[in-house]
Amino acid sequence: MAQDHKHLEVVLDSQVESVNLAEEMCLRVAEAAGFDEEMCYRIGMSVREGVINAFHYGNQERPDKKIHLALELTPEKLVIHVMDEGKGFKLSDVPDPLAEENILSTSGRGIFLMRAFMDEFDVVPGSTGGAEIVMSKWLPGVPGHANGQSGSSENGTAPQKEA
Amino acid sequence: MPLYATHRDSGTVTVVDMGGRITLGEGSALLRKTIGQLLDEGHTRILFNLADVDYIDSSGIGELVHAYTSARNRGGELKLLHLTRKVRDLLQITKLYTVFEVYSDEPTAIRSFQ
Repeated sequence: MAQDHKHLEVVLDSQVESVNLAEEMCLRVAEAAGFDEEMCYRIGMSVREGVINAFHYGNQERPDKKIHLALELTPEKLVIHVMDEGKGFKLSDVPDPLAEENILSTSGRGIFLMRAFMDEFDVVPGSTGGAEIVMSKWLPGVPGHANGQSGSSENGTAPQKEA
Repeated sequence: MPLYATHRDSGTVTVVDMGGRITLGEGSALLRKTIGQLLDEGHTRILFNLADVDYIDSSGIGELVHAYTSARNRGGELKLLHLTRKVRDLLQITKLYTVFEVYSDEPTAIRSFQ
């Protein structure tokens, strides 16, 4: 790994408390990396949703299964990996929470929020056999990217003004 | 800050004042318990005052939807008051802003139940 890349990896238990722990850890890294308050919120929320996904859907809340969280800080972006020990899933199989038939569903918005709040998002087969969420946010000031400006959105999901 | 929820009556409307975080775990559980108790006690006109709710995740959004559908299934109504920017933004991007009736002042919200 290049010297200017920083890497942090932790293994979390499958429990609710791990969600808050992961969020707090990533917020500290994001703040230290120079993201503003709004971007830190989006990163923290995405990590939170990623770990909830691993805990609930991937590991089925089984205490014998772990959640693997890794953060990579490169000169260009913060990359976050969340891997579970479940059976894996395909993004194409995830229902669209904005579809009329799903709008009143009480679950199924986590993936949508991660996609909305991060610059890059994918789900790949993990080395554990489960799913690995890989998502990233461009660092403030990286040429060609608008991050660091509060309220910006590059994926068309910016909230509309209140009527 | 953990979620807190207290309720008061304003005419025939029950106003639930909430603050803190509605997230997976205690926050979502408290919200579910609160709406369940209110409906069981016969309160069917419910206004959630979210003025001091500064954070909500997908689990919390799910609980708001559950509260909304539970009230409707009992023949009641559930509306929202004083959304913070983050909560409003989340409801907008998830398209739930058009599902809930949302108000920015309490007297107007109370009158809307009449």
